[in-house]
Amino acid sequence: MILGNLLYIIFSGVAYGVLLFLMSAGLAVTQGLMRFANLAHAAFAMLGGYLAVTLMNSYGWPFLLTLPIAALGTALFAGTLERLLFRRFYNVSQLYQIMLTVGIVSMSVASVTFIWGSVNQPVRMPSYLSGSIQVGNFDIDVYRLFLIVAGGLVVWALIWGIDSTSFGAKVRAAVDNRRVTSSCGINVDRLFMTAFFIGSALAGLGGALSVNLVGLSPTFALDFLAYVLIVVTLGGHGSMKGALVAALLLGVVDVAGKYYVPQTGPFIIYALTVVVLFWRPHGLFAKA
Amino acid sequence: MTAIEIPAPAPVVTPQERAHKVFAFTSRWRWEEIAFWVVAALSILIFPTHLVLIAQVLITGLFALSFDLLVGYAGIPSLGHAAFFGIGAYTAGLLARAGWTEPISGLLIAALVAGIAGFALSVVVSRLTGIGLIMITLGVGLLLYEAAHSARGITGGDDGLSGINIAPIFGHFQFDFYGKTAVVYTYVVVFLLYLLARRIVNSPFGLEMKGIRENVRRVPAIGIPLRKRYMVVFTVSAAFAGVAGALLGQITQTVALSALSFDRSAAALIMVMIGGMGTLIGALVGAAAYMVAQDRLSDLNPVYWNFWVGLLLVLFVLFARGGLIGGVDRLIVWIRSKRKKS
Amino acid sequence: MNVNGDALTTAGLCKNFGALSVVIDVNFVLPHGCRHALIGPNGSGKTTLINLIGGALTPTAGKMYLEGEDITHLTADQRVSRGLARTFQINTLFPRLTPIEAVTMVVAQRRGIGASLWRSLKRSSDTIDEAYEILTQLHLADDCDRPTAQLAYGRQRLLEIALALAARPKVLLLDEPAAGVPQQQSGEILSVISDLPDDIAVLFIEHDIDLVFRFAERITVLVAGRILCEGTPAEIAADPEVRRIYLGDEVHV
Repeated sequence: MILGNLLYIIFSGVAYGVLLFLMSAGLAVTQGLMRFANLAHAAFAMLGGYLAVTLMNSYGWPFLLTLPIAALGTALFAGTLERLLFRRFYNVSQLYQIMLTVGIVSMSVASVTFIWGSVNQPVRMPSYLSGSIQVGNFDIDVYRLFLIVAGGLVVWALIWGIDSTSFGAKVRAAVDNRRVTSSCGINVDRLFMTAFFIGSALAGLGGALSVNLVGLSPTFALDFLAYVLIVVTLGGHGSMKGALVAALLLGVVDVAGKYYVPQTGPFIIYALTVVVLFWRPHGLFAKA
Repeated sequence: MTAIEIPAPAPVVTPQERAHKVFAFTSRWRWEEIAFWVVAALSILIFPTHLVLIAQVLITGLFALSFDLLVGYAGIPSLGHAAFFGIGAYTAGLLARAGWTEPISGLLIAALVAGIAGFALSVVVSRLTGIGLIMITLGVGLLLYEAAHSARGITGGDDGLSGINIAPIFGHFQFDFYGKTAVVYTYVVVFLLYLLARRIVNSPFGLEMKGIRENVRRVPAIGIPLRKRYMVVFTVSAAFAGVAGALLGQITQTVALSALSFDRSAAALIMVMIGGMGTLIGALVGAAAYMVAQDRLSDLNPVYWNFWVGLLLVLFVLFARGGLIGGVDRLIVWIRSKRKKS
Repeated sequence: MNVNGDALTTAGLCKNFGALSVVIDVNFVLPHGCRHALIGPNGSGKTTLINLIGGALTPTAGKMYLEGEDITHLTADQRVSRGLARTFQINTLFPRLTPIEAVTMVVAQRRGIGASLWRSLKRSSDTIDEAYEILTQLHLADDCDRPTAQLAYGRQRLLEIALALAARPKVLLLDEPAAGVPQQQSGEILSVISDLPDDIAVLFIEHDIDLVFRFAERITVLVAGRILCEGTPAEIAADPEVRRIYLGDEVHV
């Protein structure tokens, strides 16, 4: 049934897109806020994944409980890195930011390989999040449904936070014009630290949630770096909503690609991104 | 970053002469450059059992050099430079397999093809900055790798190309796998390209590249067409990388998928950082340090290697942005200032 | 409208950022060799206007003419090669290059050898000499071989002007040339501006009223993106609107 397949692809794609958004949202904001090229962001997500997996497999924690810990642990790690290292580089050429974060990625991947090995981490979801349920003629995968619902809640809270809280307003102002915002008396440095913390927590959460869907191995930090960068670039500087749309689009296109033309791998994604960026260099939703 | 060391002015040097001296100074032959080429030549004679390593250092050095033109001189960050290395390698390999075995023209054609690819990329990339630019270069590199992986018919996929036969150079010097002929050939090619690179960075164009690196915003405001310059920089840089790839293909008589890998792009980044960005010789020195270290530690678990290299990169970015060459510069300035005091 | 007789003309120039109109219907004429000041309260759109004329921003509407030629759709670098140069309000220089290198870059580009990958800079004596000449005029000869980042702010400000002058413009746009320069160093900037060749038309933004009244032959007042009024310094100083909005009631001319 063509319609069924299409619906399945959209459903799966949206679930994947929500995941990609969670992993990318933090980078979209910190990139927009400080123009800091943090290539280690996907490594943060990876860390969240490994935290969750370790808690589940080695300590028998229930899956849902590992999620906040994964988020918090990642945020603490990333936050420390930000305070100790990254903040020295905010006014430095992006070249050095790239070198720094690439070095950190390299160290992260090596450390993770050392501790957990290079194999895919086995993970088992609790029974209430596994299998599928029947709705009419369709078999709906429970875990993907959970992703959409739970992830959707987080997304909704994020968008609400960005739009309606004073913190969100400050962030939006600083993304727009950092100099003027700080001359309004707003401590942009502290703003960024908080935004970085939240963004890394989201990444960790995304990483933990993604293990069941895409697997977890040390290559995660690089594999998903490309995707995360695509989301952030297509979404436009510092735009959360842009990142959301870009992530959903990317999720759907990726699932569709894997379904219809599996032999080409991620080729389609990269090719499409190159085309889109050629046409719209500042992202899909950039202002003038 | 190189510290600009001002030559102590003798009483009769006028400011105008000092102005001219600046250009003489920045284009001078550094002792590190002379030392490198002399040591490399001697190594070929003295260490006949290490020809493989010497050739790898030279080839990787050329690749790092091409990367330095882009990153160190023009200040354009790229994470997909291996794409051009790979394009050059596969071009040379496919040419030879198709019957075109003359080596030097093989290099030229590889340079041309890689250069065209660089030009094509620059058309897209010249509109982007910062993270968009990084992302596109990363994406293109990964894209090409995937494409090459899939196109088994052309590239041999995971198995790569093999059985690449190269005709004797000038019809006389026969190639042998990683043998003396191959290494001398590599040395000559890389040296000539090094001279060409020096010429380029010390030309008006080279100065404009530095301008782009130092403040890209100012560049169009002084009348320089930015996009056109990007296109030339990418083309030239890609062509150099293509020759490096072609050299590897010719002297090893194989081409593997690793020629296009992200690891190779990242390694160039590391080498240039360690050696010293924007100095040309830094790329070669960094490549030598990296390859020799990798050779000495080859039985080490790759996990350790990746960790320590990553750490090294972080430490250099924190404390030694000028790399080894920059460090030497600072040392010389320090020694001279101590001498003046005493 | 005769655009041919003047160095620079804008007609109906507008710039909007989304719903925000920053420059509204600016019709402006700059005759050859004129010294023209652009003043106005903060946020009135002065720098945006300079950015539009210089080519850093594209206008939402309107046209611009340089010596009669329509430059509205030309890029910034194309405008420079046709004789329009600008400086930046905040020093936009090349930190690790020396002044002689920076100015040589501009001169080389102007002379048409900027794109050459083969020519040796070291041996391009004429180009270097011309660059040195310009630096001398700007009192920077002694500092010509020190990295820009090591120069005092006031000297950097002079270099900012040197870069623009090296392009041999017919129209020079100076965006607050004395901005941020401490009192004791601003004298040099003033003398440099007064020594500018007579055949260059100069449009300068300034907040320093002394400077404005000392150098300007004509003054345009920009308020909230529109031209409020235009005239000689005496006329502007006497205008009650201007006094109220910008100069304050207790100005002494």
